[in-house]
Amino acid sequence: MTTFFTSVDEVSSRLAEAGYLASNAVATTVFLADRLGKPLLVEGPAGVGKTELAKAVAQVTGSRLVRLQCYEGVDESRALYEWNHAKQLLRITAGRDETWEDARTDIFSEEFLLPRPLLTAIRGSEPTVLLIDETDKADVEVEGLLLEVLGDFQVTVPELGTITAEQRPFAVLTSNATRELSEALRRRCLFLHIDFPDEDLEKRIVLTRVPGIDRDLATSVVRVVNALRAMDLRKAPSVAETIDWARTLLELGAESLDEHLVRESLGVIVKHQEDMIKVGQKLELDKL
Amino acid sequence: MSGVAQRLTEFVQTLRTKGFQIGPGETVDAAEALQVLGLDDRERAREGLAACLIRKEGQRAVFDSTFELFFPLGVGAPEQARHEDITLDELNDRLITAFATDDEPQLRQLAGQAVDAFGEYGQNGSGLKGWSIHQTLDRVQPQTLIVRVLAAMQADPGFTERLARDEVRRRVQRFRELVHDEALRRVAELRGRKTLADVAVPPAPDQLDFLRAGQVAELRKVVQPLARMLATRLAARRRRAARGQIDLRRTLRGSLSTGGVPMKPVYRRHKPGRPEIVLLCDMSGSVAGFANFTMLLVQALRDQFSKIRVFAFVDGMDEVTHLVTAGVADPAALGARILSEANVIRWYGHSEYGRAFDEFAERYADVIGPKTSVLILGDARNNNADPKVATLRRIIAPARRAFWLNPEHRKQWGTGDSATDEYTEVIEMHECRNARQLGTLVSRLIPV
Repeated sequence: MTTFFTSVDEVSSRLAEAGYLASNAVATTVFLADRLGKPLLVEGPAGVGKTELAKAVAQVTGSRLVRLQCYEGVDESRALYEWNHAKQLLRITAGRDETWEDARTDIFSEEFLLPRPLLTAIRGSEPTVLLIDETDKADVEVEGLLLEVLGDFQVTVPELGTITAEQRPFAVLTSNATRELSEALRRRCLFLHIDFPDEDLEKRIVLTRVPGIDRDLATSVVRVVNALRAMDLRKAPSVAETIDWARTLLELGAESLDEHLVRESLGVIVKHQEDMIKVGQKLELDKL
Repeated sequence: MSGVAQRLTEFVQTLRTKGFQIGPGETVDAAEALQVLGLDDRERAREGLAACLIRKEGQRAVFDSTFELFFPLGVGAPEQARHEDITLDELNDRLITAFATDDEPQLRQLAGQAVDAFGEYGQNGSGLKGWSIHQTLDRVQPQTLIVRVLAAMQADPGFTERLARDEVRRRVQRFRELVHDEALRRVAELRGRKTLADVAVPPAPDQLDFLRAGQVAELRKVVQPLARMLATRLAARRRRAARGQIDLRRTLRGSLSTGGVPMKPVYRRHKPGRPEIVLLCDMSGSVAGFANFTMLLVQALRDQFSKIRVFAFVDGMDEVTHLVTAGVADPAALGARILSEANVIRWYGHSEYGRAFDEFAERYADVIGPKTSVLILGDARNNNADPKVATLRRIIAPARRAFWLNPEHRKQWGTGDSATDEYTEVIEMHECRNARQLGTLVSRLIPV
C-alpha cells in the first residue's frame, strides 16, 4: 500500500501550499491516518475547516475526491450502489428468446451496476480521498453500512461478490456531533477534534486567505474574534467568519478598528440579537 | 521499546479508570503511532496518542493531564532551576515579560522554576516532602501582576486596547495550569504516577458527580450538546411515529381508481402529541449541584416542549416556571433566585418531601393530567419526617408516566434518612448521578 506523506513536516508544508494551514495536531493526525491506513473522524465546531481538510489533502496528493454528503434518510442505494432497474428491464425485453440462465447472469453484471460514492471510492485504482461529510446527519443504519467499508475497505454485493479496494482510499469523516456516533464506528477511526486555532495560526490564516490585508489590522481582527470566543455566546464566530469579517473590513477600506466600524460590521461575525447586545456591552461599542 | 510499552499500557489503564473506553486494538494503534512518530517531539507524540485513544470531545482535558504525568517533560528539577536560585522579584519581572509577549515556552519554564523555588514543603526523606500547587500560587500571586503587565504592554493604543485585560487574564490562567501540571509531575516522581493520577486528575465533565459539582461552568458545556442531541433524537422518533395504523376509509376510497384493489395503503395521520412535562425539583442544599444542572437542562429543553412546568421545593412547594424560562444565564444565580423569590421554604429549610407533596396536592393537583409526564428530581432524604407515600401516589395517579431521578449512588439509597425504599413502592426511581446518565435517561423516558 502506498502512502502519501513521509513525515509530519511534509504534511504541514504541502497542506500549506494548498492554502490550508494545519496546526500541529491536524498535521500529526493526518500523517498517522495516512501511515496506519485508518479512516479519520474529524469533529469540531462549524466553520473550522473540517471539509476543507479533506479537500486540501486531495489537492496536494493529486487524488480524486469522492464525496458522500450525508443527510437524513440517506440509504444504501444512495451511498453504496444500486442496480439500474430500467436498463435491466430493457435488457430482458431485448433478449426475448434466450434462456433465463443467460439473462440472469447478464443482468447482474457490472454493466448494470450504478456505483454510488462508497463503491466508487473503493473500486478505483488511482489514489482516492473519500470524504463522508456530516456523518452525524445520517441515520444509525447507515453507520452499520460504513463499518464494512471503513473497517476492511470492501463492499459486498450479493450478486457479484466482495469487492476489495486495490488502493485504500484516504477516508475522512466529518461530524458536528448533533448525534453521538456509535462506539463501533469510532473505534475504527482515528479521532481528531479541530478546535478554533490559536491566535498566531489564525492570524496566518487570515493573511493567507485575505491577501492585501494590513498585518496590524489582521492582528486586531483576530484579537477581537478571540475575545468574542472567550465570551459565552450562543454562536461563537468561526474561522470562516473571521475571514469574512477581514474581507469586509478590507472592502470598507479600513486601516484600523474603531467603535464605529466594529458596530457597523459586527453582523458578519455575530449572528444573534442576544449576542449582539452582549458583545456591544463587553466591547463598549455604545461609548462614543 | 519495552519500557515504552510498559509506560503506554499503564497510561491506557489509568485512562480506563477515568472512563475512557479503550480496547486492546486501540492500544496497539497507539503503540504503532508512537513507533511511526517517535518520541523525539513530545507534542507530536501527544497528538498521535490523542488521535488513537480519545473518542469524544470532552475527554481531551483528562487526557492532557494524564499525559503530563506519564510522559513528563523532564525528570527532577528543571534545568534552569538547577544552577540558578531565583528570587520572587526576579520571577515576577520575568513573568511580566512573558505575559506581555504571550511567550508560552518561557511561561512553562517559569512555572517549573516557580514550583521548584516556592512550592517545596517538608524535609528530604521524611515521607512528607512534596511540591504544592497552592503554596506556589500563594507565594507568586500571578493575578496581582496584571496591572503591571498591562503597563508593560502599553505599546498599542486603539480599539483592541480594551481586550488586553481579558487576554492577560487568560494567560495568567494558563500559567496556573502550567504550575498545576509541573507540581503534579514533581510529586509523581516521589509517589508514583498511578496513585497520583487516581486522585489528581479530574474525571471528564459528563461523568462529574452532580452532588459534588461546584463546576457549573464545566457541566454547562455538557448541557448544550446534550439538549441538541435530545432534540434530534426526539424529532426522529416523532417522524417514525407518523407511520402506523391503516386508515381503512381512505384506503378503500383510494382503491376505487384501481378497480377496487387496494394498491396503496393509506396510513392514519398521526396527531402530533403535545407532551406536557411537570418537573418537581428538590432545591435544598444537599442536592444543589444537581438542581442547578437540571435547571440548565430545562432551559435548554424549553424549545422542544412547549408545555413544561417546573416546581421547586424544600419543605414547601412553589411554581418557578416563570423564573426558569425567563432566560437567566447563570444557573447558580437561578438557584439563588428561586430560593429567595419563590416560596419554597416554609419551616426550617431542610428538605421535607412529605410536606412538599402535601402542598402540591393541595395547590396544584389539577396540573397533572393524562398527557403529563412527571419527573421528580431529588435525593429522597426526608430528614426522618413522614414521607407521605399515599399523597405521592395520589399526585401521580392521573399522569401518563412518572419517574424519580435520584442523584445519589444506588448503594446509598435507603441508608440513613433516605426514604427511597418507601417511594420506590409507588414510583419508578432511576439513578442519575452525572450528565451521561441523565442524557440516556431523559431520551428514554421523555415521551414523544
